[in-house]
Amino acid sequence: MAAGERDVSEVVLKGTTVTASEAASRSAVLKRLRLTDTIFHGLTRTAALTVLALLSGVIIALVIGAAPALGTFGFSFFFDETWNPVTEKFGALAPIYGTLVTSAIAMLIAVPVGLMVAFFLTELCPMVLRRPIGIAIELLAGIPSIIYGIWGLFVFAPFLQQHVQPFFIDTFENVPLLSTLFAGPPYGIGMFTAGLILAIMVLPFVTSISRDVFDAVPPVLKEAAYGVGCTTWEVFRYVVLPFTRVGVIGGFMLGLGRALGETMAVTFVIGNAHHVSASLFAPGTTISASIANEFTEAVGDLYTSSLIALGLILFFITFCVLAMARYMLMRLEKRVG
Amino acid sequence: MADSSIASANSPLYAGRRRRNAIAKGLALAATIFGLGWLVLILGILLYKGIGGLSLSVFTEMTPPPGSAGGLLNAIAGSLVMTILAVLIGTPIGVLAGTYLAEYGRHDKLSSVVRFINDILLSAPSIVIGLFIYEIMVAPMGHFSGWAGAVALAVIVIPVVVRTTEDMLTLVPDTLREAAASIGLPRAHMIVRIAYRAAQAGIVTGILLAIARISGETAPLLFTALNNQFWSMNMNAPMPSLPVVIFQFALSPYEEWQKLAWTGALLITVTVLALSIIARSLTSARKSS
Repeated sequence: MAAGERDVSEVVLKGTTVTASEAASRSAVLKRLRLTDTIFHGLTRTAALTVLALLSGVIIALVIGAAPALGTFGFSFFFDETWNPVTEKFGALAPIYGTLVTSAIAMLIAVPVGLMVAFFLTELCPMVLRRPIGIAIELLAGIPSIIYGIWGLFVFAPFLQQHVQPFFIDTFENVPLLSTLFAGPPYGIGMFTAGLILAIMVLPFVTSISRDVFDAVPPVLKEAAYGVGCTTWEVFRYVVLPFTRVGVIGGFMLGLGRALGETMAVTFVIGNAHHVSASLFAPGTTISASIANEFTEAVGDLYTSSLIALGLILFFITFCVLAMARYMLMRLEKRVG
Repeated sequence: MADSSIASANSPLYAGRRRRNAIAKGLALAATIFGLGWLVLILGILLYKGIGGLSLSVFTEMTPPPGSAGGLLNAIAGSLVMTILAVLIGTPIGVLAGTYLAEYGRHDKLSSVVRFINDILLSAPSIVIGLFIYEIMVAPMGHFSGWAGAVALAVIVIPVVVRTTEDMLTLVPDTLREAAASIGLPRAHMIVRIAYRAAQAGIVTGILLAIARISGETAPLLFTALNNQFWSMNMNAPMPSLPVVIFQFALSPYEEWQKLAWTGALLITVTVLALSIIARSLTSARKSS
C-alpha cells in the first residue's frame, strides 16, 4: 500500500508543473496521511494483540493463583473428595464429578432435541414460520443464566420434587442400576435438576448452530436425493447429516463448553454439597457453583487458592472442548466455502 | 418394470420407510414445541411473578434491609454505571482488533491465531473471567471495587465486538475499498470513512449484543464489584448491581427480598430481550435495503 502511494505522488509531481511551495505542501500532506495510516495500523494491531494478552493473562493469573493449592495437595487434589475449610484439606473430585455429570445430562437431552428442532426448521417448517421460530429459539439463548437460576429454584425444582422425582424413585425401585441412579429422597435441588436446566440452556445453542450448518448443505445434493425417491427423513439422515457431521459435532462441543462453565443457573439448584453420590437426585456441586458460592467467604490463602485451582481446571477443560469445537467448525467451513 | 414399481409402492419396505418418515417428522414437530414451550413457560412465570412487585418504589428506593420493603435503585444505578464503563473500555479495543482482522491482516498468521483465541474467549466461562480480574485487580488493590466489576464486564464485551466487527467489515464489498484506494485514499482513511460507514449498522448491532450479554452477567461481578446495600457511585468501593442483588435476594429466606428478586429478574430480561430485538432489526433492515 505504502509503495503504491509513493508511485502515485511521483507521477503527479512529474506529470504536472507545480511550484515548489505546492509540492512541499503536497508532500507534507502525504507524509501526514502516511503517518496516520501507520499509527492506525499500529493501533489495530495492538488491539488484536490485546486479545491474545487477555487469554494469556487469564492463564497466567489462574496458574499463579492456583499454585499454592496445587503445591500443597499435589496430584491428590484431583482425586480427593474431601473439602474441609476448617482443617484446610481440599480436593476437587466432587466438583469435577458434578460438572461432568450435570453436563452429561444436559447433552443427553439437548443434543437429540436440538437436532430434531434444527431438522424441523430447515426441512419441514413452512417458510413464513422459519424466521419467527428461529428468532424465538435465539431469544431463549439470550436470556441471562440468573433468570434460569431463579426460575429453577422457585418453580422447576419444587415441581420436580413433588411430581417427577417421586415417580422416578417409585418406578425404578427394583431395577438394579437405575435404582441407584434415582435413589431418594427427592430434594428437588440436586444434580438432576441442574442437568435439566442446563439442557434447556444449551438447547438453543445446539439448535441454532445445527440449523446454520444444515443450511450450508448445497441444495443440489438434497435435490438429487429427493430425485431418486428418498423421503424427507432419509434425505436428512443419509445426506444432510453425513455432509455436516463435523460441523454438527462442533456445535455440540460449543454447547458442551457452555454447559461445563455455566455458573448461576447451576448455583441456584445444585445444593452445594461436596459429595460424590451415585444418585442423580442427591445434592452435589460443580466447579463453577463452588467458586460462586464460596469465593467471597473463603478465609485463608489455601482456601482461596484451592478455589482458583478449581477455576484453572474448569478453564482447562472448557479450553480443550472449545478448541476442538472451533477446529471442527473451521474444517466444515473450509469444505463448504 | 411397471410391475416392480407397483410392487414397490405397496411393499412392506416402502411402507416402513414412509412410517419412519412420518415418525421423524412428528418427533421434529414435538421437539420444536418442546423447545418453544420452555420459552413461553419461563417468560410467562417471570411476568406473573415479577409484575406484581413492579411499582414506582422499585426505581426510587434503595435495596431494603431484611424484612422490609424497598426498591432496587442503587442496584440499577450500579449496573448502569458498570455496564456503560465496560462498553466504553471494551468497544474501542474490540472494534480496533476486529478492524485488524478484517482489513490489515485478513490472511495473516497472527490473525488466524487471534481469531481462534477470540472465539475461545467468546465462550469461556464468565466465572473464570471474574477470577482473573480478582487476581489482577482486587487482590493487589486489597478491596473489591466498581472498577474491577467494569473491567471484568469489559473483558466479556471485547470478544463479542471483535467478532461482529470483523464479520461486518468482511461483508463490505472490496470494490468500495478499491475505489477508495484508486483515488489515493490511504488505508486508514479508507477504513474510517468508507468501510466503517458501510458496516455501521452491523458494528452497532455487535455493541448492542455485547450490552445484552453483560447486563445479565452475574458470575464475573460476584467477587469483583461484590455488592453494596447502599447508594454508591464510588468506583473504588464495592458496587451493587442488579444481577448480584437478585442472586443474594433470591437465595434469602425473606419474602420481600424474594419478591424484589423476581422484579429485578423481570427488569433484566425485558432489557436483554429488547436489546437483542433492536439489534436484530438493525441488521435485518440493513440487509433488506
